[in-house]
Amino acid sequence: MNAYRKFFLKKSLWYLVTLLVAVALNFLLPRLIDGNPVSVIASQMTQGMTDSDSIKKVYDTFAEEFGIDKPLWQQFFIYLGNLMKGDLGTSFGLYPTPVTSILASAVPWTLALQLPAILVGWIIGNALGAIAAYKKGVFDKVLFPTFLFINSIPFFILAIIMLYIFGLTLNWFPTSGGYNYQMTPNLSFEFIGSVISHHFLPFISIVLVTIGGQAIGMREMSIYELNTDYVLYSKLLGIKDSTIAKYVFKNAMLPQITGLALSIGTMIGGSLITEIVFSYPGIGTWLFTAIRQLDYPLISGATLLIAISVLLANFTIEIIYGLVDPRIKATQMEEE
Amino acid sequence: MNSSVQILIRSPKFLIGAITFLLMLAFVTIYPLINTNDPTEMVALAFQPPSAELLLGSDNFGRDLFLELVYGIKTSIFVGLVAGLSATIIGLIIGLSAGYIGGIVDDFLTAVTNIFIVIPSFIVLILISVSIDSRSTLITAIVIGITSWPWTARAVRAQTSSLRNRDHVNIAKISGHSTPRIILFEILPYIMSYVVMAFVLQTASGILSEASISMLGLGPYNTISLGIIMNWALIFEAPVSGAWWAFIPAAVAIAIITFSLYLMNTGMDEIFNPKIRS
Repeated sequence: MNAYRKFFLKKSLWYLVTLLVAVALNFLLPRLIDGNPVSVIASQMTQGMTDSDSIKKVYDTFAEEFGIDKPLWQQFFIYLGNLMKGDLGTSFGLYPTPVTSILASAVPWTLALQLPAILVGWIIGNALGAIAAYKKGVFDKVLFPTFLFINSIPFFILAIIMLYIFGLTLNWFPTSGGYNYQMTPNLSFEFIGSVISHHFLPFISIVLVTIGGQAIGMREMSIYELNTDYVLYSKLLGIKDSTIAKYVFKNAMLPQITGLALSIGTMIGGSLITEIVFSYPGIGTWLFTAIRQLDYPLISGATLLIAISVLLANFTIEIIYGLVDPRIKATQMEEE
Repeated sequence: MNSSVQILIRSPKFLIGAITFLLMLAFVTIYPLINTNDPTEMVALAFQPPSAELLLGSDNFGRDLFLELVYGIKTSIFVGLVAGLSATIIGLIIGLSAGYIGGIVDDFLTAVTNIFIVIPSFIVLILISVSIDSRSTLITAIVIGITSWPWTARAVRAQTSSLRNRDHVNIAKISGHSTPRIILFEILPYIMSYVVMAFVLQTASGILSEASISMLGLGPYNTISLGIIMNWALIFEAPVSGAWWAFIPAAVAIAIITFSLYLMNTGMDEIFNPKIRS
């Protein structure tokens, strides 16, 4: 266990550094905009306002929020300090709502959509990939190009096609929003039913694309494992096929866990755009609105939140991976 | 080099992918020379269905969607190729220096690469695009390239550091060859097949990134790309109007281009890594 603790500490330190870089990028990149961002923003905000007092008030709010009169490194510490307090600034688009409360209302929707969809897609994809590699023949010949084709379709394109076919042409599912907005959220069956039927199409489109990518990876890993010496040796020893399949599956599965960790960023990015297609009330749709309104605090709040969630997901997977993969423990032991 | 091209041509996957891609590229290059109309010109009413005159109907502004699609494919392929090229070049430089020089340089570059593998490139892409005021097609493509090099860098580093101590490299060192010469003649040829494969993949993902970022409304200005066509279709509610021709052809075009590139990559993979041949 001592070896594992060392692994854990090392990983934690790494992710802390990565987090710092992510926060710094999030701080620095939007501030590279030419000119004084606050006056640009304030002039956009105050278009149509005639009352000079309220114009000044808007300007002062943002000047203080950005701390533009101070040098950049001080601004960074102000930014970090605000971040610690959970303060991400004030939205321009929905002035004066704080960014944090907008994001807080969106997070449950995004989580409830993406977490199950990515997990289900990952599990089904891996199972199908392993079967395709094992059965070979016609099964593989049909499935592999299908996976490859689904994988070449960006998330949102599948989403738009599903929206058009099942939502608009067949009218099976509602096409936008998280629930029927004529209802007030409550715990009745009717309301829950409405949430589920709105959830279905975006959920299925994320699952399908995830299956495609994962199945390709798993198929490749399984074929590689099936050609290794230990499989041949086990066959010669007369070990049952089902037992060998179990060995192969375990070995092919490990890289797929790392694969999940590494592709989770792309997946979340793609799923966010799926939300936009269905006007699902999650982070992705807010990001889209924010970009259209040039609502910089909301944009940077959303990107920061997404970056942190991706890092967190990665960290969790790597920590679990350390427990599952005996080789990691072994290398830690050797170092001792 | 000649023999590997000969082997490649015998792979049906590579061949189908390459032919599809090249035919598409040839068509979108030649068609604008025949039909010299301006794709942004309004020629019909909004959302007219496909007909003999307008092969793919018209969009919300009444523009010829078939012509838009041709220009869109052209832009998207250009963005993909430039993004793929810049990502591959950056990845090669970082990977080669880390792998060949080793030591502290290696530790530092590997750390940076690992950090940028974990930070979602999609986010960095949004942050940079929001900050740039005038996004031309070329700038968008380069920005996509800048955010997608870490995978190439990691793989190039791994292969370079294993090549570094091979006999033929040592002999070149003892013979007094300069470092650039060693890298160029003793290391690059051995990782070339991988680099070409990575370039093809990066091109595909560059096209997908352009589509995603344009979908968000952060695409290049004053041009038509496949992502921008999709963005217009969504903003002007083509699905609700039942105008499937405004987004399905663009969607299928993106899928076919990336599919053909993936197919080329799989074909090459099966040839250069014989182990995964089923």
